[in-house]
Amino acid sequence: MTVRQGEMFGLIGPNGAGKSTLIKMLTTLLPPTSGSAAVVGYDIIRQPGEVRRHIGYVPQLLSADGTLTGYENMLLSARLYGIPRTERAARITRALARMGLTQVADHLVGHYSGGMIRRLEIAQNLLHRPKVLFLDEPTIGLDPAARETVWEHVRDLRDSFQTTIVVSSHHMEEIEEMCDRVALIDRGRLVIVGTPAELKSRAGPGATLDDLFIQLIGAAAEAEAAEGYGAVRRARRAAREHG
Amino acid sequence: MGPSDAPAAPPASMAENRLGRLADYATQCLAVAAAEVQKLRHDPVELFTRAAQPVLWLVLFGEVMAQVRGISPGGVRYLDFLAPGILAQSVLFVAIFYGISAIWERDLGVLQRYLVSPAPRSALVIGKALSASVRALSQALIVYVLTLALGVDIDLDPRSILGAVAAIAVGSALFSTFSLIIACIVKTRERFMGIGQVLTMPIFFASNAIYPLSLMPGWLRAVSHLNPLTYEVDVLRALMLSSGRSDYGLLFDFTVLFAATAALTAIASRLYGRMGY
Repeated sequence: MTVRQGEMFGLIGPNGAGKSTLIKMLTTLLPPTSGSAAVVGYDIIRQPGEVRRHIGYVPQLLSADGTLTGYENMLLSARLYGIPRTERAARITRALARMGLTQVADHLVGHYSGGMIRRLEIAQNLLHRPKVLFLDEPTIGLDPAARETVWEHVRDLRDSFQTTIVVSSHHMEEIEEMCDRVALIDRGRLVIVGTPAELKSRAGPGATLDDLFIQLIGAAAEAEAAEGYGAVRRARRAAREHG
Repeated sequence: MGPSDAPAAPPASMAENRLGRLADYATQCLAVAAAEVQKLRHDPVELFTRAAQPVLWLVLFGEVMAQVRGISPGGVRYLDFLAPGILAQSVLFVAIFYGISAIWERDLGVLQRYLVSPAPRSALVIGKALSASVRALSQALIVYVLTLALGVDIDLDPRSILGAVAAIAVGSALFSTFSLIIACIVKTRERFMGIGQVLTMPIFFASNAIYPLSLMPGWLRAVSHLNPLTYEVDVLRALMLSSGRSDYGLLFDFTVLFAATAALTAIASRLYGRMGY
């Protein structure tokens, strides 16, 4: 599976499918148990430092520090990412303005709304101009208006800087509307990948991504159940023969 | 890139490069500590509530134990003997529970943000240790003022104070890094609290903090000699009091403290990344 530069790539799948785990592996937080991957041409196992230098990551959890102000959070990121001292203030001001946070830059993040925090987290990840931005459930727990704003900003990023965006979500409509291509993941496996239109046409005329989701995941779950029963039967038979 | 536009880098620029990387590394360490200072500025209440404990130790424990014969060696007033020990203790207590903030950050997601940044793990660990030192020094300032008010024979020579600051900073870095290692292993607050409580007792009591080692049975004295807190207290006893002197020599004390901190930092740097799992 390959994600192209400047692409908006969606990851969908049921809870526990491995979307977050995949993103954690690609962002070098978690070493893979097997297999390999490269991000911006750097191997995630052998060159984790180079990978980190070229990516941004907004985790599902809160990554902005609530006990600091927005500006202080940005300053922390700028220093960790080695932004030259002379450029720090200008880049921070620009990133905050781009995310519409200039007014609240000096407020404690603990007082921000959910949507503002997400935008700050994205702003933190703009300072070093990443080639790839990973967003894990960026709109979880946000009201529709805040969701819309976050997506607008993400799309704007892609359009302005050709940043590759890899995003996971439970909201099929969001993924369908925003992403160029989508991968459906289930139980740690890639089930299908394609453009939203391709995927929908596979599910039948007039189908939505939701339909496809239910078709594919439902079928897989049944297959697994059969396999599980067969495996148990084989194991029990073996036990009887050897015991 | 063709060979024409890639000339061999002259040695001077290589040295410059290395210097630049070193500066980046220092910035990354300090970034973490600077964030801690900002947090303390936003909410300094914690520092003052923490100051209550050393006062209680000095006033309650100190007054009673002063009546015990033989507890302070060489005819030193017990309150004077105790003050550096209590300073070291208050630093230890802050540092040994510092790891819980790493677990807290992990649960929130703030930790993941540190771990996906290009900052080397060791820079993050050193930054955390410096943060703990910042807290410890603000605590030490309060203990200094209190002990002065209680009439302890404090040495106000700037050189002595500077030496004490160094001992407090490195002692705090040592125990907070130890705490971070435990946090990396246990990963949950509940387990951490249990282990933290269990560790605090032997580190504090198997040391020269509140009584001289000469009162201890041989085996306990041997344990105390392996305890870094003993050497931190030794420095503080020499530098905090006008009449103070060191039992082991300041050079030896600082060597032990720095070596232990370096070893713990190396271990913590290897483990810190696993907090992201």
